[in-house]
Formats: sequence, structure tokens, C-alpha cells
Amino acid sequence: MLGLTKKDFNLLLIVVALALLAPFILNPFPSSSGMAQFNAGYPDLMQKFVIFGIFAIGFNILFGLTGYLSFGHAAFLGVGSYSCVWMFKLLGYNVLPGILLSVLTSGIFAYLIGIVSLRRSGIYFSILTLAFAQMSFALAYSVLSNPKFNLTNGETGLQVYADDPQIFHSASAPDLPHLFGLSMRATEKLQIGGWEFQFNAGYYLCAIIMIVMFYLSIRIFRSPFGMMLRAIKSNNTRMNYTGLNARPYTLAAFVISGMYAGLAGGLLSAMDPLAGAERMQWTASGEVVLMTILGGAGTLIGPVLGSGLIKYFENIFSKINSTVLHNWFSFLPDGLEDLMVTLIYPFVGKGWHLTLGVMFMLIVIFLPGGLVEGGQRIKRLFTRKKASDTAEDETAKSTTPAE
Amino acid sequence: MGILEVKNVNKRFGGLQALGDVNLSVQENSVHAIIGPNGAGKSTLLNVLIGKLIPDTGSVMFDGQSVLGRKPYEICQMGISRVFQTPEIFGELSVLENMMIPIFAKRDGAFRMHAIENSSNEKTIIEQAEHMLESLNMADQRHDNSASMSRGNKRRLEIGMCLSQNPRLLLLDEPTAGMARADTNNTIDLLKQISDERDITIAIIEHDMHVVFSLAQRITVLAQGTPLVEDTPDNIKGHPKVREAYLGESA
Ligand SMILES: Nc1ncnc2c1ncn2[C@@H]1O[C@H](COP(=O)(O)OP(=O)(O)OP(=O)(O)O)[C@@H](O)[C@H]1O
Ligand SMILES: [Mg+2]
Repeated sequence: MLGLTKKDFNLLLIVVALALLAPFILNPFPSSSGMAQFNAGYPDLMQKFVIFGIFAIGFNILFGLTGYLSFGHAAFLGVGSYSCVWMFKLLGYNVLPGILLSVLTSGIFAYLIGIVSLRRSGIYFSILTLAFAQMSFALAYSVLSNPKFNLTNGETGLQVYADDPQIFHSASAPDLPHLFGLSMRATEKLQIGGWEFQFNAGYYLCAIIMIVMFYLSIRIFRSPFGMMLRAIKSNNTRMNYTGLNARPYTLAAFVISGMYAGLAGGLLSAMDPLAGAERMQWTASGEVVLMTILGGAGTLIGPVLGSGLIKYFENIFSKINSTVLHNWFSFLPDGLEDLMVTLIYPFVGKGWHLTLGVMFMLIVIFLPGGLVEGGQRIKRLFTRKKASDTAEDETAKSTTPAE
Repeated sequence: MGILEVKNVNKRFGGLQALGDVNLSVQENSVHAIIGPNGAGKSTLLNVLIGKLIPDTGSVMFDGQSVLGRKPYEICQMGISRVFQTPEIFGELSVLENMMIPIFAKRDGAFRMHAIENSSNEKTIIEQAEHMLESLNMADQRHDNSASMSRGNKRRLEIGMCLSQNPRLLLLDEPTAGMARADTNNTIDLLKQISDERDITIAIIEHDMHVVFSLAQRITVLAQGTPLVEDTPDNIKGHPKVREAYLGESA
């Protein structure tokens, strides 16, 4: 269906269900309960899940298929963000032109950076992309923000001001990002028992775009083009002596993944019309690498899982402070309570990066295939108990890229 | 005029003359072996032929066209295929996919953007690939991971991948080095069958005299970067200069 095999189609259905039902799935605890702080079903965070999902899905097309590890993808995210805000400033708050321009400019940007960076491979490629991204950051942070030519508005970040042209802005349209009048902040709330579920227009726009981009990535993975990209990763020498020119293939993959990143950047601005240079910083580039590896590089769903996990940690773990910890362990005798809090405190709140680091190490060491490999192992454990004749099936499976 | 004409090729690595005034003419549809002691310059010569190295002087003409200065993939598209000393295949891909890639390359050229089209919808490509695998007796393994095959089978697959592009010249660098006797004999049979059935020219570098004498119609002996003699296998066997430079060492 839709040009997909049954297995891939089922995977797509799962992603569709997860995305559309996220307000329920991510809100398992009643609002009044102590566990409510672990709920992730609020618009702001859900938007981040799908937007960074798009970012990681695109990154995986380059890294997962060709093995070229870019350390500069945040530059495209930033370019997308700035482009979208510029459309807001010039045309008005409808998000459509902004999103389209962010894909276009990041594509051009990726093409230029790709042409130079792809002259090298391996570590040199990574360093080149990193250098370009840091240069872009410097440009955005200071160089392109002077009174004569202010493209990025430097430290403050690019935003819409009252005296901006906004030529298509009409009095009836919301004074915030909207899609043909539907405000991105519009949220329907549904009260069931102790639960409150939130359905946000912006989230659903991002979710639908993410589903489309996920579908596109399946098609790319299963296409002859995707096969060529895997061949480049596998053996570049054979590729050359088979009469294939690897450069345009990797460049195309680089541009496609850059456009995914630009789209994600555009959506970030569409949800919150402010673009800052920090989006281009190397930490942001590193984050998408982590997301992809954590979820499972080269797998279809891995990047989505990885980005979800990291964004969840970033937002939920970082909110746990010492008061919350004391509450948790208040049932213990005083001395023990303090001890537990002291032990755990470095790993939460501002220290959530520590937890992330430990988790990353554990996964890379014990599950080099990321969360997807973990899932497959669990699945295998169950199927082996049920039937022993699946062994044949598994060897066949191992040759096609995993779901 | 042979299909491959090498004229006055010189190649120095620093102070070392790896190739000195090499002249070589390979006749169309023949099997031509290049032998010589270690360090004679055989691999260097092959690297010049496929565009991996650029010689200091001289010319290399394939079917009337110069190959010098062209990229490896362009030379391949001209009709020259190469089999490596250690099999170079796409280890992370299935056997069938390994076979599909050269067929795509033959049909679509060095680059084609077909990003959305489903590769399993490419019925004709798959058919051709499966046909090729059948002729190699590897049809049963088509869904296996190619990295897990035996060395002999990898070599077979690699040769098959080259053949699927219908090259006019097939270059082999020690195709049986490090192979068990049975695998060596299989490879000899395969190459014999290929040269009998197809319009193809084969140039082979080989240390194993058994392989050389059972395949080649012409033999060039290279020593210290310069061709010593070129003749038929029977004449080479008894040639005193060859005995001195090459066979003498191993006898
Ligand atoms: N890239 C290089 N840089 C420097 N010297 C090289 C290079 N490639 C080959 N040589 C030298 O050139 C000479 C010829 O090497 P070549 O590999 O062509 O020999 P060969 O005939 O293939 O030997 P063998 O039978 O051992 O494979 C050797 O002395 C080798 O050390
Ligand atoms: Mg050699």
C-alpha cells in the first residue's frame, strides 16, 4: 500500500497512531497525582518531540545510510528558523510561506556546504561540517547583525516587530503564527475524570508533517537511491569500480537531510516566532547525532524514538529539583532521605545531561543498534519462546535494514 | 591493434622505478596473463589501467580511446571491470542487492536520482540479477548477507558483479591468492567458462602457475618494472630468461 511493503506500511501505521494519539499516550497520570510531573502531553513538549523527530529522521538519511557523520546539521536548523521568521516579518504570520522558504534556503545552504565538505570523508568530513556550522553560528551571532545589515538580530534573536511590513497581514488574522487563520496556539482541552488532555493546532500541524516526512524517508530507504547510499557506506571502492560516481549520491543525501533540518527549524519558528543563533551551536548538532545513535542509526523508526527520549529527559528530568526529591523520599528516616537526595540530585535538574551521558554510554556499549535493537531483542525473546522455526526468518531479515 | 595498448609507460615512486618503458598489447577476446616476481610492478600496472594511478609518461589506449586522466568510474563505464586481490563486495548488503547495483549502474550510468521509486518494483533489474546469480550457482544464497560468505563465494560474486555489466575487458589481480585448492579450481573453471562463452578480454595477474597455464593464451613476464618477454605459455615455460628471473626463484 502507498508503494510500501506490508511490514513498512504497518510501521507507518504505528507512527501515525503514536503521533495522532500522543496527547493521550503522553498523559498517563491524572493532573492531581504526584506523578503528573512525568506527563509529557502538553503542547510545547509534544511539538518538540515531532519537530526534533523530523530533524533526526533527516539526519538519519545521511548518517544512517551513507555513514557520513555530519557535525554541523544545526546550521541548517538555524537557517530554517531564520528564514521562517523573515517570512513572518515580511509577509505576515501565515506559517506556510515561512515553512516553504525554510526548506528552500536550507537546501541551498546544504548544497553549498556539501559541495565543499564532501570532498573529504570520515573524520575530515565531520570536522569540515563542524567548521562550517561554527562559522554560520558566528555569522548569525555577530557578523550578520549590524545596524547597516541586520539579518539575524544577533544576541536578542530574530523576532517580529510592530513596524515590520507584514504585507499580507489583515486585521482579522491572529497576531501570532497561524495557518489560514487557525492559530498555532489554539488548544482544545478535554477533561475526563482526573485527566486533562490537550489538543493543540500547532502540534497537529507538526505531527502531520512529521508523518509525511517519515513516509518519505521509508520511500527513500527502500528506493534504488537508498540502496546506492547503503552501498557507499558498505564499500566505496567497489562503488567506484562499478562505474558509479559516489559524490552526487552523497551530495543528494546531504541536501535532503539538510532540507529536513531546515524544515524542523522552520517549524520551531512557526510554533514560537523567535529565532536565535544558539540553535546553530555545535551542541545542537551533537544532539541530533545522539538522538540518531540512541534510537538506532540506519533504522527507520530509531531517530523518532531517540529524539523523543532525549527531549523527554531534557524537559522532565531537568524539572526535578531538590524539593521534589525530598518529597519522594520523605517516607525514609531523615538521614537516609538526605543521603538519597544527595545521591540522586546530581543526575536531575541541571544535571540531566549526566543522566543522558550515562544512558548514552550504556546503550552504545550494550545495544550498539540503539533502542531499536533493544526492541528487537525483546521481540526475539518472546518469539523464540513461542516458536522455534523462526530462525530461518531471522537470517533473511538481517540483510534488509531493520525497521 | 589490440583492444588494450600500453605504450612507453613509466612510473616512479620517489627513487624507485616501479614501471619502466612498459609496452603491452592485449588482443581482443584473449586471456592475457601478466606474471613476475614480487615487486615487479604488476599491481602498479593494473592501477594505471583503471585510473587509480597516473603514469609519469606514456599512453594507455582502450579501444582507441585514452584512459589516462579519467576517473575510475568513467573507466568502468568505458567497459573495463576490475576484480581485486581481496574481494571487494558490498558486505552489508544482501547477495541479490550486490548483484543489482552493477546492473543499475550499467543501465543508468554513473548517477541517477531515483529516490522514491521502489527498488523491488524494478522487476527487470531483479530478474537480470537473479539470472546472473543462477549462472553462478548462487541463487539459493540471494537473501544471505554477503559478508558471511566464504572467500571463494565472495570472489565468485565479485566476478559475477563485474560480468553483469558486460565489460569488454576484465582485469583480475591475483584472483586465487590465499584460496583453498577447491576454490581455486572453481575460479579457474568459472573464468574458463566466461572466456569461452562471452566476447570478453581477460587480463590476469597471478602467482599460481597452475592457474596461469590453464587459462592464458599469452603471457607477459614483468621483472623490475619492465616486460622481459611476451609469448605463448608453452614457449614461456622453457624460456631461459624467465627461468632466471622468475621461475628460477620459485623452483
Ligand atoms: N603507492 C606506492 N608508493 C610507493 N611505492 C610503491 C607504491 N605502490 C607500489 N610501490 C612499489 O613499487 C614496486 C612495485 O609494486 P607492485 O605492487 O606493483 O608489485 P607487484 O608486482 O604487484 O608485486 P606482488 O607480486 O608482491 O603483488 C614495489 O617495490 C612497491 O614497493
Ligand atoms: Mg600485486
